Amino acid sequence: MLKRLKSHDDLIAMRKSGDKKIKQEKVKVSICMTGCRALGAQEVYEEFSKQIKKQKLQDKVEVVETGCQGLCARAPVMTIDPPGAPSIFYGRVTVDIVPDVISKTILQGEVIKKLCYAEAGKKIPYMKDIPFYNRQNKVVLRNCGVVDPNSIEQYIERKGYDAFAKALFEFDPERIISEITSSGIRGRGGAGFPTGLKWGFCRKAKGDIKYLICNADEGDPGAFMDRAILEGDPHAVIEGMLIAARAIGSEKGYVYVRAEYPIAVNHLRNAIAQARRLNLLGNNILGSGFNFDLEIKMGAGAFVCGEETALIASIEGKRGMPRPRPPFPANSGLWGKPTNINNVETLANIPVIIAEGADWYRQLGTKNGSGTKIFALAGKVKNTGLVEVPMGTTLREIVFDIGGGVPGRSGFKAAQMGGPSGGCVPEEHLDLPIDYESVQAVGAIMGSGGLIVMDNDTSMVDISRYFMEFVQEESCGKCVPCRVGTRKMLDILIRITKGEGVRRDVEDLKEMANVTQSASLCGLGQTAPNPVLSTIRYFMNEYEALIK
Amino acid sequence: MEVKTVDIKPVAGIVSEYSDDYDSNLIAILQQSQDEYGYLPKSVLKEISRLTEVPLTRIFGVVTFYSQFTLIPRGKHAIKICNGTACHVRGVDEVKESVKEHLNVVEGETTADYQFTLETVACIGTCFLAPVMMVDDRYFGKLTTDSVTDIVKEYSN
Ligand SMILES: Cc1cc2nc3c(=O)[nH]c(=O)nc-3n(C[C@H](O)[C@H](O)[C@H](O)COP(=O)(O)O)c2cc1C
Ligand code: SF4
Ligand code: FES
Ligand code: FES
Repeated sequence: MLKRLKSHDDLIAMRKSGDKKIKQEKVKVSICMTGCRALGAQEVYEEFSKQIKKQKLQDKVEVVETGCQGLCARAPVMTIDPPGAPSIFYGRVTVDIVPDVISKTILQGEVIKKLCYAEAGKKIPYMKDIPFYNRQNKVVLRNCGVVDPNSIEQYIERKGYDAFAKALFEFDPERIISEITSSGIRGRGGAGFPTGLKWGFCRKAKGDIKYLICNADEGDPGAFMDRAILEGDPHAVIEGMLIAARAIGSEKGYVYVRAEYPIAVNHLRNAIAQARRLNLLGNNILGSGFNFDLEIKMGAGAFVCGEETALIASIEGKRGMPRPRPPFPANSGLWGKPTNINNVETLANIPVIIAEGADWYRQLGTKNGSGTKIFALAGKVKNTGLVEVPMGTTLREIVFDIGGGVPGRSGFKAAQMGGPSGGCVPEEHLDLPIDYESVQAVGAIMGSGGLIVMDNDTSMVDISRYFMEFVQEESCGKCVPCRVGTRKMLDILIRITKGEGVRRDVEDLKEMANVTQSASLCGLGQTAPNPVLSTIRYFMNEYEALIK
Repeated sequence: MEVKTVDIKPVAGIVSEYSDDYDSNLIAILQQSQDEYGYLPKSVLKEISRLTEVPLTRIFGVVTFYSQFTLIPRGKHAIKICNGTACHVRGVDEVKESVKEHLNVVEGETTADYQFTLETVACIGTCFLAPVMMVDDRYFGKLTTDSVTDIVKEYSN
């Protein structure tokens, strides 16, 4: 029963009516129903709901379907919150164990050891004691894994849309932009461009119609931050877009989501419908006279469409080919109108900055990068999952303290950051505090946040070939340096991995890398050689061993 | 499969949903048509062109650009094996071989009974459970050479 909110007061009243519910004395059972579905979360949830009904425990237990809770390696994952007691974290939950979870943990407060996270042979039942959790700082992910993403009520109960109301009723557009600028936030989509500056360009651009686009193409292999945000807290993205729209003066937004994310699309679609019903999207929002609405556009399987000008072409219904910039989208974007494009995570940061203030935000992080960054931890690491830490955290903390290190005996070799545009960070740089500049200085990039751990069994030449194959396949073919350069580099790399390399191959690779970097039209070609260069830089011995 | 004549009647219904702007909704029209037919038969593309007045050459340009679109019939179920970095590092190749052997197809092919089409994709955002795949809209994680064939078998029935 969603009732239209006619004013800011209505929104506040709705939140307050939720306060009562939060204080209820129920045991809250949160089950991750997004990524964990890949290992049977749906079945676990259904069994849980069935048992709760059968045992008539509805007054005692509240089962909540949530998004990603972070420690995805332990899927299917659930958290149990008894009133007034610490949260219990369970992983690898199966349908068979559900009756025990109810009779022992929920009804008697007894912990089931075999479901607990373990480190160095010790079981750790409480979330607050698990290093994976207590070393993180969840700012953007504050709701992810906690609220039901299909419930706008729960989002509002946790002060959702409050920042937007502040931006709408207390700030003028210039003030929003100055707040975002002084927060120091930089784009999380890869390039790290200052968000406030970008908004300012679009605000100043001349045009009757302006568009806002959320880039949810998330094409980097190994990245799942944006998927998790959209699935786990879609309203945070909508709220960020509302604030951005008010700042730049836009009434129409698009979210461009890749086709491989059906759950994300579904949650976002629901969230948009709910926001419309509450009058948080549409015309005369909260009685303010401000209009803004959103539409979802589905990608069709082309990595290059993550690049902003290609993405715009794709929304226009064309082949998604990049075009030269300038003109920048801020001046001439979608259908030639001023357009602002931001990444999902960037937009999910916005409500926090407006709510807590730029000063608060800036003190998280470093001089070159304020705020937090979400990393998608994958590969040869124990705790694969979603990690949010302040900028400036070291790779060692992420991979070892939070990630639990490398399983097996092989040991850490490198972390790949930034996907096909990035590079490998070897062991010698593990203590590097991560921000945009520091990562670049060692030959990788912050990128969107994919962080893939490689152990000593991983061949770095193979990884280099792997990425080259990826960019070669995804090159749109519009410009020669990228189309031909990636093909030639790939041929050499294939030869080397087959043991048929010749002496001058590495020199040739470097030379072609230079040309491709400097002469390609878009970021795909310009950054395509990075994985090769970075592996040559740190793992030349592996190339030599194969060439001989 | 092409032998059967394709019933192009549903196209009009799909196209009419986008009557405010055919041109920019071309990709959505094609996506919905592919959902309807499982692939994009030529007669359907011609019908789209006729109804929307978008030139057939432009439609072909879009269809051939995006890897999601296919001009040949596909199987009832789409198996998308992830070929992303995390899955690569976690040994997806063996899993892929296992499926290929089980279904007796190579990547991009459809089984003779039109039950399955095998595709590879670069990351489906489930890297934390690598190696992974999708069957239609469902994700499956931590695949092994055995578990992957078990899953495929379940879809065969
Ligand atoms: C080949 C290529 C692929 C890209 N893919 C993505 C993507 O999947 N998601 C994304 O947010 N940005 C992607 N970008 C960066 C976008 O062009 C753009 O910089 C970004 O969406 C801007 O948002 P931000 O300023 O909030 O980071 C890509 C860039 C290139 C060159
Ligand atoms: S650099 Fe590559 S992807 Fe970018 S426009 Fe040129 S050919 Fe296309
Ligand atoms: S997807 Fe379930 S915990 Fe991350
Ligand atoms: S690398 Fe396979 S799901 Fe991301």
